[in-house]
Amino acid sequence: MDLSYGPEYEAFRDELRAFIAENRHRAPAAPGAAQRAGADAVAWQQLLLEHGYTARTIPREYGGFGAEPDILTSRIIAEEFAAAGVPGGLSNQGISMLVPTLLELGTEEQKRRWIAPTLRGEIVWCQGYSEPGAGSDLAALRTSAREENGEFVINGQKIWTSTAHQADMIFCLVRTEADAPKHAGISYLIFSMKTPGIEVRPLRTMTGHAEFNETFFTDVRVPVDQIVGQRGQGWMVANATLGYERGMLGDPAALENRLAALVQLMHDERIDGVRAIDNAALCDRLVALQAEVAAMKFNGLRLLSNSLKGEPGGLAKLIVKLQSCELAHQISALAIDAMGELGLLYGGSRRERAGGSWQWNYMFQLGLIVGGGTAQIQKNIIAERGLGMPREPKLEHARAPKAEAA
Amino acid sequence: MDFGLSPEQRMLRDAVDRLLREHCPLDHVREVAEGGHAVSAAVVAALSELGLSGIMVLEEHGGLGLGLLDALVVAEALGAAVAPVPFVARCVLAPLALRLAGTPAQQARWLPRIADGSARFGVGLTEVVNRRDGGGVTAADGTLSGSALFVLDSADADAFVIADQGGQLHLVAGEADGLERLPLSTIDLTRSVGELRLDGVAAEPLGEDDGGTANRLVAAGRVLLAADSVGAGDVMIARAVDYAGEREQFGRVIGSFQAVKHMCAEMAARLEPCRSLVWYAAHAFDAVPDEALLMACHAKSHTGEVGRFVARTATEVHGGMGFTDLLGLHYWFKRIGFDRQLLGGPEIVRAEAAALQGWGKRAA
Ligand SMILES: Cc1cc2nc3c(=O)[nH]c(=O)nc-3n(C[C@H](O)[C@H](O)[C@H](O)COP(=O)(O)OP(=O)(O)OC[C@H]3O[C@@H](n4cnc5c(N)ncnc54)[C@H](O)[C@@H]3O)c2cc1C
Repeated sequence: MDLSYGPEYEAFRDELRAFIAENRHRAPAAPGAAQRAGADAVAWQQLLLEHGYTARTIPREYGGFGAEPDILTSRIIAEEFAAAGVPGGLSNQGISMLVPTLLELGTEEQKRRWIAPTLRGEIVWCQGYSEPGAGSDLAALRTSAREENGEFVINGQKIWTSTAHQADMIFCLVRTEADAPKHAGISYLIFSMKTPGIEVRPLRTMTGHAEFNETFFTDVRVPVDQIVGQRGQGWMVANATLGYERGMLGDPAALENRLAALVQLMHDERIDGVRAIDNAALCDRLVALQAEVAAMKFNGLRLLSNSLKGEPGGLAKLIVKLQSCELAHQISALAIDAMGELGLLYGGSRRERAGGSWQWNYMFQLGLIVGGGTAQIQKNIIAERGLGMPREPKLEHARAPKAEAA
Repeated sequence: MDFGLSPEQRMLRDAVDRLLREHCPLDHVREVAEGGHAVSAAVVAALSELGLSGIMVLEEHGGLGLGLLDALVVAEALGAAVAPVPFVARCVLAPLALRLAGTPAQQARWLPRIADGSARFGVGLTEVVNRRDGGGVTAADGTLSGSALFVLDSADADAFVIADQGGQLHLVAGEADGLERLPLSTIDLTRSVGELRLDGVAAEPLGEDDGGTANRLVAAGRVLLAADSVGAGDVMIARAVDYAGEREQFGRVIGSFQAVKHMCAEMAARLEPCRSLVWYAAHAFDAVPDEALLMACHAKSHTGEVGRFVARTATEVHGGMGFTDLLGLHYWFKRIGFDRQLLGGPEIVRAEAAALQGWGKRAA
């Protein structure tokens, strides 16, 4: 274990601090999860890209900064932005999920075409995986694509497509090989949401907002070179993206930020004149969560070190999505409890704290316990892949689901 | 010995259930909630037909003269139907306050009107349970000043029972000078709560004591909120079980996965004892005064914890569908959230329960 920051790292930290102090007035307010980054956020992202404070290790020819991967610099960047309360680089489904997938599995042409504008926040992506009949059983998807005159022609329906109503592009799973076994018939396509034949219908959720959508495809035509991987390899590509999604959803820096906000809240709220943080029972819960966030933070550092050495993440990686999403939900739960009755306020009420965002988070984070692979599916993965336990007996035969009539 | 509801109480439950099935289906709840009303005039009228506005009013004043266990039966049914009706404060706590502490003149003036539905009360007790910054009511020379937060059933109330910080109860007319009503909106669009700003508002003391009556009212309110969650939780479990029996993934119904079965079984295993606990807490309130306050604390804090577990787990069983507005499951989720926070969340209530037994140092 060597976690010392040598002099060159301290110089890097000083430089970053000076940058933040000088430029923080240009930083946008943290964008809500359901919002497309505004012009100020895009400008901020551009500035961070130029200085290598985001997309630091992505090669220059794809719009990144081209630095060598380095656990300490990435740690310093996360720490300093968090400590200053200034948003760091953008994180969304394009940047955190599609970009690493393309880096791993895209063609040279795809990398050059899509990564840079995505990093700059100019292209917003959505993820077209789930369908009404294919949630946990994603490989049962039926949206079909047949090849015709150098194009895929897509028909079918996706559901729970987050941000589809704001997105420019979609990465989408379709069934191209009607006769192949279930997992071998899928392809991974990327295409514009402005392509004729796409209809997006917002779906309202328990939060009262429409964070996601139903997306319908009728004879949507996409050039055949907009496939990532080969025909029939989509399941493998999709799983690469899912791995990055689970990393994004389990980001320990986000947990640290939520915890810091909770600590502040518990200093500000008083019960019978006494600060919530001085209430023994509430404080005990807070400290328990703090320990758990610390555990996830160091688990993250360990994973980062492993990956730099090219070692597999193993169990430490498989548990990240399950644990982090639960923890985020518990942090919001304690915030609501610390506010007592005030924790119920929502929808722009008078006396509402933080714009009702604790209640919104409490509900949305429950959604994220389901999204990206439910808690139960995560536990199956941990047991079967992590602990090597026997798989549940399968009733079905690996027959291909019937593709959508085209 | 017979631990359970009487035949009359079961008939009451059946009657209320039937009425709610007819007048309060989910579509109606949605319409009322989305319209921003929190109160369904139609359901209120139907419940009044059954005489329930007078459930706690003695027969001599034109009511049914029933006890808290009877009211609990109704509260459970209302929670199950996520019914947008003012019940806990308006039909139970206000008449109870008058019964426990009112002078004969106050009782004669108000109780018959409560029974026939022509006096509509809101009740403000929050400051007795836990006072938050910005809240707090003080009394001086027959007037009240300050802010009462989270006054329950405040929509269209024409009179209020308000506790001051010392726990003394007061009657306040809805039209009194210096009284300002400010709406509060919560996650639960089926409940009405508001803030009252009082600036030297004329108030009539209701009884004269050191807070004993207010504490009893809080206890009654806690038992009813817990019962509401039992009713709501019951429905969430039933819906999760139904959904798990229909939804297919991996070529089988998800209810055939042990993981899903265990989620449902654990919800049931945790909620079922709450039903017995809230029944006993209500019985204790009616008949075992020594245990009333403690049992109300247990009912409230424990059901608050179990309710939260059931609400999130039943949502999870529904997968993405549970998170949407499509099935309306969130109405129950939010109702249970409301029940948990109002009149003291689990930590605050457990600290009181410990103090009642001389245990621990009451956490501030
Ligand atoms: C907030 C949110 C955002 C989302 N964003 C996107 C998006 O952008 N793009 C996209 O494509 N999808 C998105 N999703 C969809 C998400 O991936 C699915 O909801 C999720 O995979 C679960 O599928 P389902 O909803 O069909 O639930 P189901 O699969 O029907 O699951 C229902 C219940 O059954 C359980 N279950 C199912 N199979 C098993 C099993 N084998 N063993 C044990 N238990 C099982 C589940 O755990 C769950 O409790 C999002 C979902 C949410 C909630």
